[in-house]
Amino acid sequence: MPYADSDPAAALAATSAAPFAIKILIAGGFGVGKTTLVGSVSEVRPLRTEEDLSEPGSGVDALDGVERKTTTTVAMDFGRITINDDLVVYLFGTPGQKRFWFMWDELAYGALGAVVMADTRRLADCFPSIDYFERAGMPFVVAVNCFDDARRYPLPTMRAALNLTDDIPLLLCDARQRSSSRDVLVALVEHALARLSAGQQVTPAR
Amino acid sequence: MVRPYALIAGRTRPSGQAIDLIASVCAVRGASAPDFDCEPEHLRLLRMCRVPASVADLAAGLDLPLGVVRVLIADLRDHGLVTVTGPATAGLSDGRILKEVADALRRL
Repeated sequence: MPYADSDPAAALAATSAAPFAIKILIAGGFGVGKTTLVGSVSEVRPLRTEEDLSEPGSGVDALDGVERKTTTTVAMDFGRITINDDLVVYLFGTPGQKRFWFMWDELAYGALGAVVMADTRRLADCFPSIDYFERAGMPFVVAVNCFDDARRYPLPTMRAALNLTDDIPLLLCDARQRSSSRDVLVALVEHALARLSAGQQVTPAR
Repeated sequence: MVRPYALIAGRTRPSGQAIDLIASVCAVRGASAPDFDCEPEHLRLLRMCRVPASVADLAAGLDLPLGVVRVLIADLRDHGLVTVTGPATAGLSDGRILKEVADALRRL
């Protein structure tokens, strides 16, 4: 544990190099299962951020009577998968609505790619996220979270409804299941690899 | 939310170069104790990054908002007490690293 103050081993390790960090983003509308997915596949830690509401959120957040308040706390889903001493995968999930795009700009920098989560009952909620990652030229996969009471559609139907080109992986998942969430992440990394082999740029410039 | 901002005297932007969420922060070995008017949180932060730690991990560990932690890290950096590196994005265009990640995830 990096936080053990009195641990002599930790003090000795102070010379060790930082592990290589991989950042993966989890996007999608409210209630689509981002928190569930991050929680099922990684060690979750609380992380809060605070954002200036004066611009992006104006007209959206009810700030009547609190005119002086210009920042709000936004909880981020934050998970960590320690692969080995040299490699750590970080998962960050935040809402995908357009008014949060200013947060995405920072999150997206240096990210390996993104998982866009979708819910067939509210498919349109994931459109802004898809738009964002298409524009950013970042590798992404779309994972349809199969809620128990949601209607199932054939993948080609969903691909058409999402207006996704054939090169974007589209898969079904159950975010509650660790193996299923893992498969989504594997699909993303493989997609990034395939793009790399095809000579496409993986990381967008800031 | 008042207390965290009092901590950084109302500053909301860290000084100097941008500090990424997964940048690695490491205490400078052999650096003397902080000689500026530091808060207990500066000292906690300094202890936490005796081994390299990511900004996100530090923020979660301190249970302070990310923006506040960034300012604190920048303070320590200004005084030569920590180094901030990365994130190294070059690995993302290294097929071997991506393959290693995919294989490791498959074993989860």
